[in-house]
Amino acid sequence: MIDLFFATLGNLLTLQHMGYMLAGVSLGLVIGVLPGVGGIAGLSLLLPFLYGMDSTSALAMLIGLLAIIPTADTFTSILMGIPGSSASQATVLDGFPLAKQGEAARALSAAFAASMIGGLFGALLLTFAVLVAAPIILAFGTAELFMLTLFGLSMVGVLSGANMVKGIASACLGLGFGLVGAAPATSEYRMDFGMLYLSDGIPLVTVALGIFALPEILDLLRGGGSIAQGAQLGRGWFRGVRDTLANFWLTLRCSGIGALIGAIPGIGGSVVDWIAYGHVVQTTKDKSQFGKGDIRGVIAPESANNATAAGALLPTLLFGIPGSGSMAIFLAAMILLGIQPGPGMASNDLGITYTIIWSLAIANVIGTAMCIVLAPGIAKLTAVRYALIAPFMIMVICFAAFQATRSFADLMALLAMGILGIFLRRFGWSRPAFLIGFVLALGGERYLYQAVQFYGWGFLTRPLVLVIAAITIISIWAGLRGTKSGSSIHTEGAAEYSIARNMTPQVIFSGIVLVGFGFAIQQGLGVSFLAQIFPIAVGIVGGLATLLLLVQQMRGPVAAGSANFDSEARAADGGPWRFLLWFLGFMGAIGLVGFFAALIGFFVVFLRVVARSSWVQTVALTAGAGGLMLVLANALNLVFPGGLLQEYFDLPWPFR
Amino acid sequence: MTQPATPFLSSRRSLLRAGAGLGAAAALPGFAQAQDFAGRTIEFVIPFAEAGGSDVWARFMAPYLGKHLPGQPNVIVRNVPGGGSITGTNTFYQRARPDGLSFIGTSGSTQFPYLLGDPRVRYDYTRMIPTYVSPTGGVVYLPKSLGIENASQLGRLRDRELIYGSQGATSLDLVPMLAFRLLGLNVRHVFGMRGRGEARLGLMRGEITIDYQTSSAFITQVMPMVEAGTAVPMFSYGVLDGQGNVQRDPSFPNLPHFVEAYEMVNGRKPSGVEYDAYLAFFASGFAGQKPALLPPNTPANIVATYRKAFADAVADPELQARKGDVLGEYQQAVGDDVEAVYRIATTIKPEAREWVRDFLATNHNVRF
Repeated sequence: MIDLFFATLGNLLTLQHMGYMLAGVSLGLVIGVLPGVGGIAGLSLLLPFLYGMDSTSALAMLIGLLAIIPTADTFTSILMGIPGSSASQATVLDGFPLAKQGEAARALSAAFAASMIGGLFGALLLTFAVLVAAPIILAFGTAELFMLTLFGLSMVGVLSGANMVKGIASACLGLGFGLVGAAPATSEYRMDFGMLYLSDGIPLVTVALGIFALPEILDLLRGGGSIAQGAQLGRGWFRGVRDTLANFWLTLRCSGIGALIGAIPGIGGSVVDWIAYGHVVQTTKDKSQFGKGDIRGVIAPESANNATAAGALLPTLLFGIPGSGSMAIFLAAMILLGIQPGPGMASNDLGITYTIIWSLAIANVIGTAMCIVLAPGIAKLTAVRYALIAPFMIMVICFAAFQATRSFADLMALLAMGILGIFLRRFGWSRPAFLIGFVLALGGERYLYQAVQFYGWGFLTRPLVLVIAAITIISIWAGLRGTKSGSSIHTEGAAEYSIARNMTPQVIFSGIVLVGFGFAIQQGLGVSFLAQIFPIAVGIVGGLATLLLLVQQMRGPVAAGSANFDSEARAADGGPWRFLLWFLGFMGAIGLVGFFAALIGFFVVFLRVVARSSWVQTVALTAGAGGLMLVLANALNLVFPGGLLQEYFDLPWPFR
Repeated sequence: MTQPATPFLSSRRSLLRAGAGLGAAAALPGFAQAQDFAGRTIEFVIPFAEAGGSDVWARFMAPYLGKHLPGQPNVIVRNVPGGGSITGTNTFYQRARPDGLSFIGTSGSTQFPYLLGDPRVRYDYTRMIPTYVSPTGGVVYLPKSLGIENASQLGRLRDRELIYGSQGATSLDLVPMLAFRLLGLNVRHVFGMRGRGEARLGLMRGEITIDYQTSSAFITQVMPMVEAGTAVPMFSYGVLDGQGNVQRDPSFPNLPHFVEAYEMVNGRKPSGVEYDAYLAFFASGFAGQKPALLPPNTPANIVATYRKAFADAVADPELQARKGDVLGEYQQAVGDDVEAVYRIATTIKPEAREWVRDFLATNHNVRF
């Protein structure tokens, strides 16, 4: 076996195989940097090339791409406050403040070092785990998975922001949005307004981009200047690596958490970074800097998310069960290559498994090196006027959003989630809590229902369930320990600057949320028993929390305490609405003339009017943006979402 | 809100004649000559996201189809996901031009809502034109611990409740649901599985006590369990021959198909409205799962070109060498065989449809 282990390495280290891996890593770097565009789109780009390729080259290329995405997606998370993919959402909390303080270099290098350690740890673990992991994966049945979703939800305790009640309400709101669409138990539709689009639920990418990216883009635009606001990138490249090494034990723990959560099919990688982040907060005595620029808040999620990719390979290889969207495509790619995953991957086909593992390890090292080399250049973007960057960001998040169904409806969903995100941000409703709720909603409902069907309520006494329950309780306790208001991390910025004298906007928003919870209950009552438990429970808990919040807010600006939060309280520029109107205008133009024509128009007008670019700059940037879209869309065989014009006329691609 | 009228299977013989006629027309020399797709790009529309059975199937077939269409055009796969494949198929049906430059590959998940009369469906399978139909198969198996050795002993399980992990009452798992019911098995369907793999893990854990896997998954994942003595295969769903009769699955020639299993348990052939319903959904979900369709009103010469290209592609030795798990051992329906399998897979007798709708509404809260 050891012979085989090194023989596969020798086989991989040929010019041809390494060339394909480099191609995969390079594409992965670009895909990772583009916010919201992750492994699913990246692997889809490669699928057409698999025809006729030998399997070692193909695996090296695919794994090269997969391995670097959780490393490269750190760029936008740290530099722009926009999660580069769902694996780097938590990195934003501390990474972005660090960048604003001029410590971007340190944050990036710490993140890359942590990513590499996580990736290598994952590859090492996979080497042994592939032989023994099957019983471990089988030990996590539906009952255990349900407890794990509760464990994930317990992170809300840490990520609630200034006000715990609001945090719970946020999480319930996220849960509510997550329940839109077909109920897992009965396939009945809830809260879908009879729309076919909503019957599949709201896509995670759309929610993450709407909640995190759009509000951030609009906010940065308001600032007028560049992201770094004159602050230097800093010289902390080595300091960041030292930071990671100083927290080596933390890095390993978070890698372990990432690999384990990744290996259990059903929980999925999109909460791993939050769990790692929650873990570092819970195990740290001095929590005062979290959310304001604590380097450990960068190291923890970044080490976890690279290990997750390795962990997620386990169920994919051993059982043919993909734990995430990108693993589903990797699985499809393997079948196209003539490899059928299964128990044989740990015996007859061990060579293939080792090829994958070596590719993962080498790609992590190469990828990290490439990120470090490119970092100073990419980081210079933070010194560029944001008005020049914003249209690119808007273009990319729209592109990422419409990957879901390739239709205008995706963009409408993005707009709706973005507006919600703006208000969540403004009124200090924890967006991390919202997202955790959203991600875990359907899984929680599905596993609860299935566990009760399989075991009855006795599932709660299964040994592993009790263990996870104990960990959950410890986790909640550790999160609350030593804090007065219940939570210390201000995920939505410093509360002390956000006390409003006029409470009306907050009260109105809380009222609307309350109506939303009422709607969830009403919808729950309209379906059969198995499909109504979750919406009604979420509606009641969220409704009560919101009610409590409203009571606090009604007491007046001072007595409301931490319930009073309005980041626009002292704004003098009229809020983000001016820039939201630009976005709305873009959406309207898409609805009329389709995405590509609208994009060209939007770029020209925005650059001329807002960024006050010269015509030369305008034309150059517009051509660059259009070119990038055409290349990506062409490679994905994509037709851009059309508008009214396309309803009546059959235009040539890309205007089709 | 016009709903397409579903034509109903009136008599199998008459439709077979129609199918044979069309096939003969397609084979006429001269028909296929006018078409030349040189330098063109042809879209193979897949109403599902990347990855997953239909996508893999389309990506596998696309280069071979391109190779055998006149002019060797570039055939690309265009994914139009959403709405459980209804969205993309609706759009294709309403928009695609009958010029041979785009065609669609649907699946059982697209056919089932149509057969069930789902109001969201805007497409009409009688008006789209099949050029190729790809079958798939599945094997029902039990854990060894139940003490059942083969299908003839299934009757012994009637007193005990079995548990099946289902992806939903109107999903492809409707086929095993109807099959179990016909066999008189007492099965509780636990919904919310996201793929057959999850259910297989459930069976390995002991949470689930009856399961089926598609052929390729059965061979790689379940056969090791059979060899280890922890699982026992019961029956395959079987395949349809060119005349529309159920035959044994070529991947599992020693395993009885469902109809044989039914006979072993009940001593007679299945019949009646429940069996008609089963047969329609079995054909749609397995034997005729993946049709490649041209839009309505496509000229006969283009149809003939496509049918010939698919027949040539399937006969291509390179495809045969590489087909592996994508196509399996299944006889691909091309040329004259297309119409018969397609008709059975996309039609249902009105009383059978009413029965299924009623059954699903009463037992599983499905609303139509």
